[in-house]
Amino acid sequence: MNPNTDRIEKQVVLKASRERVWRALSEAEQFGTWFGVRFDGPFVEGERLTGRIAPTQVDQEVAAMQAPYEGTPFEWQVDKIEPMQRIAFRWHPFGIDKTIDYSQEPMTLIVFELHDAPEGILLTVTESGFDKLPAARRAKAFEANEGGWTHQMELIRKYLALH
Amino acid sequence: MHKSRTPNALQKTAPVFAALGDPTRLRLIAVLCAGGALSIAQLTAGTAITRQAVTKHLEVLADAGLVRDIRQGRERRWEFEPSKLDEARRSLDAIAAQWDQALKRLKMFVER
Repeated sequence: MNPNTDRIEKQVVLKASRERVWRALSEAEQFGTWFGVRFDGPFVEGERLTGRIAPTQVDQEVAAMQAPYEGTPFEWQVDKIEPMQRIAFRWHPFGIDKTIDYSQEPMTLIVFELHDAPEGILLTVTESGFDKLPAARRAKAFEANEGGWTHQMELIRKYLALH
Repeated sequence: MHKSRTPNALQKTAPVFAALGDPTRLRLIAVLCAGGALSIAQLTAGTAITRQAVTKHLEVLADAGLVRDIRQGRERRWEFEPSKLDEARRSLDAIAAQWDQALKRLKMFVER
């Protein structure tokens, strides 16, 4: 496993209370509202749910991109819940191609962590386990959305800078 | 979201990831990235890896289009081919961008 290609980390400061942020992450319905998905049950540690793509209600532009995929199901595993601190899920990253059976593939781990910041809550999200995905699938997952390409996570360049 | 990449381009990216999924090959890329065309002797200097093993790894990288060899007289030297790595890096960035967008939506949601 290579830490530079296996893992993505993102941070954002949210000007909201810890309670507010926690509800947005730990309540399936709230999570679905911003993420753009409808789950078939609540988030319970150890449970596996089915999510269906449902265009997000907070960003019209993104909602338009999600619209063609509306109703597409995907697996969503609730890995761990540490109230008000940390919540972790597993999924098949961007596994929305109906012609592919993802069930035999390893899932990646998504962890949200809440930390106090002067202006609110510093939220860190990490997604890891990409090195275990089949190479062909991985390229596809990475290509899943080119529209929002940013220069932020120049993983290989970072690796090259460090070694 | 615009689909500028054809399925063909997707298939072309896969060998790049496979080629990079090995610590020895990543190290070779890092060394070659620093610049210049290097011989097998230079690439194995200070490592425990055999010349044969390095040659094999370089050939995997060459198949993925990440390095190329140049013959200089009787010597074979290897150099980095940056365009393919740029393509792979863009792909890695794409998945990170998904999270940028998702977190932006979360921010709008909890701050409104």
